Amino acid sequence: MVAFMVNGKSTNVDAPNDTPLLWVIREHLKLTGTKFGCGAGLCGACTVHVEGVAVRSCQTELSQVAGKAVNTIESLSANGEHKLQKAWVAEQVPQCGYCQSGQIMQAATLLASNPKPSRAQIVEHMNGNICRCGTYGRIVKAIQRASKEA
Amino acid sequence: MNSFIKDAEVSRRGFLAGSTGLVFSITVGGWLSAKSETVLAQSGRAPITAWVKIGTDNSILIYAPAAEMGQGVNTSLPQIIAEELDADWSKVVVEQSPHDSKSYGNPGFGGGMTTVASKSVNGYHDKLRIAGGQARRVLLDAAAAKWGVPVSELTTQPSMVVHAKSNRKMSYGEIASFAKMPDALPDITPADFKKPANYRIVGKSVTRVDMKDKASGRYQYGMDVQVDGMLYAAVARTPIEGGTVESVKDEAAKKVPGIVGVIALKDAVGVIGSSVEATKKAKELLEIKWAPGKLAGFDSGKSMAEYQKRSTDLNDKGLVYNQIGDAPAAMKGAAKVYKADFTSDYAYHAQMEPMNVTAKVDDDGMGADVWVGTQAPDLLAAVAAGVLQSAPPKIRIHQVGMGGGFGRRIYPDHVAYALLLSKASKKPIKVIWSREDDVAAGKLRPMTAHHLEAGVDANGKIVAWHHRLVGESVIGFTGPAQRLAAAKGLDDLTMEGSKFDYEIPNQFVEFVRAREGNEVALAAWRAIGSGYNKFVIEAFLDEIAHDQKKDPIAFHMALLEKDARARKVIETVAKMSNWSTKRKDTYLGFAFNHVWSTPAAAVLEISLNKSNGDIKLHKMWAAVNPGLVISPDGTKAQMESNLVFGLSQALKERITYTGGAIDQSNFHDYELIRMADVPEIFVEVITSPNEKPTAMGEVGLPLVGGCVANALFQATGKRMRAMPFTPERVMATLKA
Repeated sequence: MVAFMVNGKSTNVDAPNDTPLLWVIREHLKLTGTKFGCGAGLCGACTVHVEGVAVRSCQTELSQVAGKAVNTIESLSANGEHKLQKAWVAEQVPQCGYCQSGQIMQAATLLASNPKPSRAQIVEHMNGNICRCGTYGRIVKAIQRASKEA
Repeated sequence: MNSFIKDAEVSRRGFLAGSTGLVFSITVGGWLSAKSETVLAQSGRAPITAWVKIGTDNSILIYAPAAEMGQGVNTSLPQIIAEELDADWSKVVVEQSPHDSKSYGNPGFGGGMTTVASKSVNGYHDKLRIAGGQARRVLLDAAAAKWGVPVSELTTQPSMVVHAKSNRKMSYGEIASFAKMPDALPDITPADFKKPANYRIVGKSVTRVDMKDKASGRYQYGMDVQVDGMLYAAVARTPIEGGTVESVKDEAAKKVPGIVGVIALKDAVGVIGSSVEATKKAKELLEIKWAPGKLAGFDSGKSMAEYQKRSTDLNDKGLVYNQIGDAPAAMKGAAKVYKADFTSDYAYHAQMEPMNVTAKVDDDGMGADVWVGTQAPDLLAAVAAGVLQSAPPKIRIHQVGMGGGFGRRIYPDHVAYALLLSKASKKPIKVIWSREDDVAAGKLRPMTAHHLEAGVDANGKIVAWHHRLVGESVIGFTGPAQRLAAAKGLDDLTMEGSKFDYEIPNQFVEFVRAREGNEVALAAWRAIGSGYNKFVIEAFLDEIAHDQKKDPIAFHMALLEKDARARKVIETVAKMSNWSTKRKDTYLGFAFNHVWSTPAAAVLEISLNKSNGDIKLHKMWAAVNPGLVISPDGTKAQMESNLVFGLSQALKERITYTGGAIDQSNFHDYELIRMADVPEIFVEVITSPNEKPTAMGEVGLPLVGGCVANALFQATGKRMRAMPFTPERVMATLKA
């Protein structure tokens, strides 16, 4: 049994210590906004925040988050109203959409530490997240748009 | 556990039978025609027609019949209905239509519900205009009866029926409170259609209906399906296509806490458990002895060498795919003959969501609920019925979102496992493939070798064209065999894009079929054959233009003298890219293509690091004219997606085989293009509002191979003839 916080609520999960956080979030806690893409930390679809840092939940074991605060896409806003989410809609970013939870969670940590990133900083921060539909250009635009919002 | 074993035996036989019955005959028809009525009756909104339901709150539900996989069809198709319905778009909600080909099939794809080949908007266009017009007419008739006035005196405003004579108005919601769905729908003919000049919804970039959910993690994909009592399954599948399970040692696997069963199937071993992590762990502990399939020993490198040899041996006659005039005679009489050889490698779909499916087989073992994101529900029902030795109407498909399709989600090879494991365990089973499983079971774009010859007259005009393609038949693997037989072996998937609209009087295209009857696992892959065929055509044209000391764009314009739409697209991209302005340290490559009647052209700007072969992509410009455009921004998004996908396959993507198995396994050795690699992309969408809409989902990808190859020539003075253009290949060409 491992105790940690998820999206502001304390939770206990009964799973082996080495269970990837991804499957704890998705299948034990039924928070399916976080996606499984590669299982190897190569695509970023499973990105969540642990203590405010973007991590690949497929590469994070349950025991590593004991006592820590985990945040998923579901906690970003109550109703899709986070400035990044609004920017994502305004720029019509998603196509299939499968990678976008991870993209948004990755982008959120950038804006948290650097509210006005340059294009190069955006690209550097986002380069670990794959989008097979090729929405990269719109992701950059959406982050730039969100960074202009106070 | 005993019952498991017993059932597994039953299942195994079932799968053996089902497997040979895994014939992909696409039967089209109204298997589930009764179902749509049930669905309609369960809603709070009043059914106006099979397509439209309206609530007294004025909300309008429109059914979207095609499979949404990011291309925007769940927005664009309802836009067409809403336009003819004269709906207030802000009141429209969209739901996936039931799986019912009779009501919701695509006339552009034989009436079936299959979302492929960029055929949704153009295939459904008239049907949906009629559907929207019929729904509007039902509302008009109901209002006319209510008011006791002739229907001819009524008009509509957005979501409102108007009787100008008596200055009365009634909202669609109000009419829905008393309107009845008629037994026979009113006749709507093209004469009743709105004039494009009056469109309010079609041609507007409305917010896509799936956008908010996709930006908030709420959109439901197959991977997200949760069913009461569901168990998970990991599947260890044969590493060599066609291989079978000889024996399994599963003692260690069974000891993993949470594992409830291990079941050997024909070509896989399924591990069932109460958690994903348990099934994944247990799967790794299985010791399976495989009997290799027909593909054992296959080595793609050796095979490619054979393909190349065959492509240049003109006596090794292929099937004649295209013949115009007399190319061999014209070639003999030509002032100069050009020859060039090209290759392209196997490519994997790499859809972001690995294949997955959840199934619950009925107690009698004959029917099932299947939750799955599929491009081809008709086919999936047929295959599932084959697996259960049952009939397609017994398969209840619940369409869910797709994390990418690109052709991969036409082919329902994963479904059998969920069905058989559910049947054996009597539980709902969710099968999740790991990325490694997904790559190993990849259904690829074929590897090809090409030999091209072109003869020009004394003025440098091409008078003869000869293209030989050596490669496997996609349908040779997927079936149905009848389809290939009916086409006399001329596989439209492999050969797509080898025909063109260039004004060349004598053309001869041959398909030299390789590995007949022993194809690797293949399937439709975004833009199918056009991805490589347009590359070789455009690279070859560029080569000829250069030798003729002609500007490649001017050379293309001369080959498209009669095609105003194509010329306009080329002129536009030339202007966008400042084509005639010479760059310092960067190089431009141009390509044009018609794919499924849509002309498109692009220019790519690159630079090259000659010490390591790295290609840096600076900018890319593209212009396209798909006729009537439903959503300009959606069209632009499709083009952007095509170019990025195209650059990925042109620069990086390569599947190879050793010993019959795929060598690659995940995104470290099957790399996709990333944000830092992509150029800045500029797209111009040209519209022809009075013409029919044409294909848009795949027309940009085939431009890319030519653009890259031609820009590389500008950068190096050498022709790169093998796609993808990896740094190693660039260096090899530079050193050659």
